[in-house]
Amino acid sequence: MKHQFDELRLDSVSRSFMNAEGQAVAALRGLALNIQRGEFIALLGPSGCGKSTALNCIAGLQPLTGGQIWLDDQRIDVLPPEKRGFGMVFQNYALFPHMSVLDNVGFGLKMRGIAKSEAARRAYEALQMVQLIGQEKKLPGQLSGGQQQRVAIARAIVIEPSLVLMDEPLSNLDTKLRIEMRAEIRRIHSQLGRATIYVTHDQDEALSMADRIVVMREGSVQQVASPKEIYERPGYRNVAQFTLEGMQGEGVAVSSDGVRLIGMPMAGFDSKRVSVAMRPEDLERAAPGAENAFDAEVLTVEYGGHDSLIRVKAAFGNLWARVTGDVAVGEPICLRVPPSRTLVYDGEAP
Amino acid sequence: MSSPTLPNAPLPAAVPRDAKAWLVSPALIFILALFVYPFVYGLVLSFQPMNGGSAFANYIAFFTDTAMWPTIIVTLKLAVPATIINVGLSVPVAFALRRNSPYQKFVTTLLVIPVTLGTVLIADGMLTYFGPNGWFSQAVHGLHLYSDEVRLTHNYWGVLISLIVSGFPFAFLLTLSYVTGIDPTLARAAATLGASPWEQFRQIYLPLLMPGLTMAACLSFVQAFSVFPSAVLLGAPAGPTRVISIAAAEAAFESYDYSLASAIAMVMGFVQLLVVAGMLSTRRFFYTGPVTGGKG
Repeated sequence: MKHQFDELRLDSVSRSFMNAEGQAVAALRGLALNIQRGEFIALLGPSGCGKSTALNCIAGLQPLTGGQIWLDDQRIDVLPPEKRGFGMVFQNYALFPHMSVLDNVGFGLKMRGIAKSEAARRAYEALQMVQLIGQEKKLPGQLSGGQQQRVAIARAIVIEPSLVLMDEPLSNLDTKLRIEMRAEIRRIHSQLGRATIYVTHDQDEALSMADRIVVMREGSVQQVASPKEIYERPGYRNVAQFTLEGMQGEGVAVSSDGVRLIGMPMAGFDSKRVSVAMRPEDLERAAPGAENAFDAEVLTVEYGGHDSLIRVKAAFGNLWARVTGDVAVGEPICLRVPPSRTLVYDGEAP
Repeated sequence: MSSPTLPNAPLPAAVPRDAKAWLVSPALIFILALFVYPFVYGLVLSFQPMNGGSAFANYIAFFTDTAMWPTIIVTLKLAVPATIINVGLSVPVAFALRRNSPYQKFVTTLLVIPVTLGTVLIADGMLTYFGPNGWFSQAVHGLHLYSDEVRLTHNYWGVLISLIVSGFPFAFLLTLSYVTGIDPTLARAAATLGASPWEQFRQIYLPLLMPGLTMAACLSFVQAFSVFPSAVLLGAPAGPTRVISIAAAEAAFESYDYSLASAIAMVMGFVQLLVVAGMLSTRRFFYTGPVTGGKG
């Protein structure tokens, strides 16, 4: 397997399996995706959207039921995982519990028949890259979660794979470590200059790490764009939280139950019903009667220090908001969202 | 304890006795009455020869009588191959059935049947099936695979086969539980690192299975070593399959020498203990920690 490629191409990849009732369930429906050399791609989506299945299909751990995967001009979906030469980092790390850290990292090299001394030298190099020198004699069980994840990363990159696959590698770590490891993974990615596909359900993770984000939903791609574009103009409607009736004028104003909002149209409009999406962090306290202001009642409060995440009940539905200052459950609150941050989509929210 | 440098420090409160500890007493009485007392009784009895003489007379008799001591060899010749075959065979079968599937349920059910039937019924069935005019030998003759008489009963092979029929399901069920306990993502991780299916087995599954297999081998061996019904029914209890338990039964119920029978039982227990201790001591060469690949 060559060490570098120009393009990895997923050509309408499908994968379905039988559920317990014997019905065929599609996990991937015609997934099409191109990945260039050196790119950091995040597959983002909720649980069950098929992102892990996509990763396993690329790794060869699950067979395709349709479509093809190409690495430049070589078709790879017919190869077993051991012939593909991709490095993979698993959610539960999957470190070999009976082998020392050094043997874990050297495993891929041993399988490639690389001489012991050379393998040890390269394993040390990889451990140096993930800053784990001094731990090489320990068993995985003697390491902390963060250290185990570093070993898993070292083990995946030491074989110099053309592509590194990461399946929610940080989801078992605590918040502080998770944020540290994001930067670490990003650093290792730039140092290696190879393509990385990173599966996550954490939007912050995808936004902060990826060059491009692939938003997945129900087994197919919803949107492929840069993190900035994904955040500012989400093409998907997972964030659309409620439905308003009607629209008027050029700037798209919508109203329902006496609420008037001016928003940004996200696409052409065919129907009279639209859905409006607003991010919790775009909402702010406002004086009654201000532009795009509406009344709501506080349902729950999660105190977060700098601000609080609150769930509020507005005339058109319930939504999340981040507000500063004191707030109590049951209190009335007046919120507003700037028209530029009020995203209006055609049709009802799914 | 109060420290001598702090004579005025208050004594720590006495650890209160936990009355709940008494709840173990029924189990303790059970163990004492059913295991410890008979064992101690037999041990003492074995040192009181029926015909007088030194305390070791029974043991001396056992190890000098050519009708007695070779029974250890005879029993080992049956129990060791049976253990190796049962455990050795259970690994590939359990491995092939490690994923939860209808096949796994089917085979497991099929294999549980001999365990529930017991050795006597198995022996009875085998006498008919493997007997000189049984289906098996008729089939072998009919297919012209072997022209001489097929003798698989009333000899060594009959007993060995019955030990496999009754012992394999047991070894398989134990091994299956060890195999399914190993996190399958470990093998997947090995595959992405370039390990072929054989290397995945050799490098990942086998080392993690070894402690469990040793335990399965210990239990299989103890079960096979105490073979009695099939050695009598399917073997040649006067000669090639005169196992140690037969010697003990003869001493007890034909010679009515309970003291000698106890001594033979003690020898039997000691041999089992030696073999099991030997097998368990190899466990320290293997990794015996958790068999998952991290937090999960």
